[in-house]
Amino acid sequence: MRITLALRAVLLIAGKDLRQRLRDRSLIMVALVLPFVLAVIFNLVFSGTDDQEIARYAVADEDHGPAATRFVDDVLRPVERQGIIALRTVPSADAGRRLTEQGQVAATFVIPAGFSAAIRSGGPVTLRVIGDPDAPIKVQVARSIAESYAAELTSVRLSIAVVLRGAPANPEQAADLARTVRAVPTPLSITDVSATRRELDIKTYFAAGMAVFFLFFTVQSGVNSLLDERRDGTMARLLAAPIPRWAILWGKLAASWAVGVVSMCVLVVATQLILGARWGNPLGVGLLVVAGVLAATGVMAVVATMARTAEQSGNWQAIIAIVLGMLGGVFFPVSQAGGVVGWLGYATPHRWFMRGLADLSGGGGAGIVLPAVAAMTAFAAVTGGVALLRVGRMVRP
Amino acid sequence: MRDDILRCSGLRKAFGDLVAVAGVGFTIAEGETYGLLGPNGAGKTTTISMIAGILERDDGEVLIDGHPLTPGGVRGKGLIGYVPQDLAVYPDLTGRENLRFFARLYGLSRAEVRDRTAEVLEIIGLTDRAGDPVKAYSGGMKRRLNIGIGLLHRPRLLVLDEPTAGVDPQSRNAILENVERLAGEGIAVLYTTHYMEEAERLCDRVGIIDLGELRAEGTRRELVGLVGERDRVTLTADGDIAAAVRAAGALAEVRRASAQDSRIDIVVDDARDALPRIFDAVAGVGVAVRSVEVAEPDLESVFLHLTGRALRD
Repeated sequence: MRITLALRAVLLIAGKDLRQRLRDRSLIMVALVLPFVLAVIFNLVFSGTDDQEIARYAVADEDHGPAATRFVDDVLRPVERQGIIALRTVPSADAGRRLTEQGQVAATFVIPAGFSAAIRSGGPVTLRVIGDPDAPIKVQVARSIAESYAAELTSVRLSIAVVLRGAPANPEQAADLARTVRAVPTPLSITDVSATRRELDIKTYFAAGMAVFFLFFTVQSGVNSLLDERRDGTMARLLAAPIPRWAILWGKLAASWAVGVVSMCVLVVATQLILGARWGNPLGVGLLVVAGVLAATGVMAVVATMARTAEQSGNWQAIIAIVLGMLGGVFFPVSQAGGVVGWLGYATPHRWFMRGLADLSGGGGAGIVLPAVAAMTAFAAVTGGVALLRVGRMVRP
Repeated sequence: MRDDILRCSGLRKAFGDLVAVAGVGFTIAEGETYGLLGPNGAGKTTTISMIAGILERDDGEVLIDGHPLTPGGVRGKGLIGYVPQDLAVYPDLTGRENLRFFARLYGLSRAEVRDRTAEVLEIIGLTDRAGDPVKAYSGGMKRRLNIGIGLLHRPRLLVLDEPTAGVDPQSRNAILENVERLAGEGIAVLYTTHYMEEAERLCDRVGIIDLGELRAEGTRRELVGLVGERDRVTLTADGDIAAAVRAAGALAEVRRASAQDSRIDIVVDDARDALPRIFDAVAGVGVAVRSVEVAEPDLESVFLHLTGRALRD
């Protein structure tokens, strides 16, 4: 009974806060208008620039057979000589993956052991392209190169089939041969990314980046309303009411979280419909949004507990949101910087949110975002826990 | 004998080295209005914040209708209506939305919320403006709403922290009338003020607080008795003034009577009790009274006597 009354109080306070937030036009501006407009601007500025640079690739030949040598010497090297790509060889797929993750190359072609033998025997074989999610166009170029080689191998098989059966004598025989060729399994299938590293296109990259960047500003107003209640004297009234003190805090957090989730969902739909962003599996996106909003709420809450006034809190939160956003790669792909800066990004919820979306972009199911969701939930747990420990400073008259 | 709604004892609160309240305690009975009178910084707000369960106390006990009240707990708080000194309303919500929110927070059912909101809006005279955002209200209207929120759940104890501070005379009078009416309905009222006139007008008993300590408490008369002062009645009359002075001076209630020209000065224990008998005595010797002036020793003089400084120092 007591729990029911407390939950009722949480919902009442959250409902009241939501009503207040909805009447605050600046929130609409921060939560929806600004991220959308900036996503459009960044998209206009940066689209098309990604493919003007030389793409740096690595190739890991673990096969050393004739088909592998031909792919490197007859396919990749000529493209390199045209100045379109820069190629370096690496001893193994793992070495290539490391270079890609560090942003030193945009993609690594992995020719697995047994590649040439599998082609000779007519069995299926996989040519892998490990891509950097922050260089989507360069990864797409690598994928196209690999696909062109696959197409060439298919045509070779077609020739062999024709030789074996003799030249077609009439249209029926030609059609029969075509059906036979179509039935021949493609000797090469392309897996363009690893399980953990996929790429976002430019539109989705900036739509997601701006959405998660402004999310932190969106939830901050809800968290800071605790300080507003103290400033306006209404905190004393809430404390005098027959409700547990924790209900006040949880009501505020619930309202913040709800505003964050709604604003993110609106941005997801709007950027998808208007900008053509491709967010991926809806369930996966939903999980990322829920976890991302939790993390943002936790981070902003812990900053708020350090401040004495709503104004002070707002200033600190803005600094934190901007620094985390930049480190997390919402404005530019920090992972390409490599080294410490690249890894520092993983100390931000933004980076995990973007990575989760990149993982989804390959068409995988919702389960692929679980590592990113777990990381952001851990952020929320740690920062929220610290905020709860310190919240006594805020829930007082 | 009326039941005590509030019993508090040994209340103590310190902020660092500053002891804001040191061992304050008093009781308030059903239908009684108790005034906590003291200058700014005396410890009034800290005391009632502990009583209302807003502020953690360092020591002491608060019982509301027999139930112990703690800041972290819920029990007992529902019996208190709290009206803070500063306006505590949401400016971007309407008056009705403010009332409904707090009514629900105090656990009123949906029907009760609807009915009580309408009743309270009527009481505070805001029915016509109930749908307007509070930020569009005048200062007096906000004050009335501030008080109305404290009445929503029909509290047994109404705690008012300087509700007339910064209020225009008209709104102030309306607030005082409301408090008198509520006390008449049986609500126990704890009223803090640094206005002596308000304490004298409203309160059945007054506690004089200064530097965090309750210096004295009692009815106005009991407190004045501590000082040893009496009421002074001044009559302006026509006729045999000397005879009138003798007649009045012979009354048991009269301590001293003297005359100067057409004016008769009479010192009594209690002017309200003595006045009818004085009028009879003066009329009995054929003297016609043209005007009467009564000067009672006030709480200001009591405060001065107890603390050595004026209320507004």
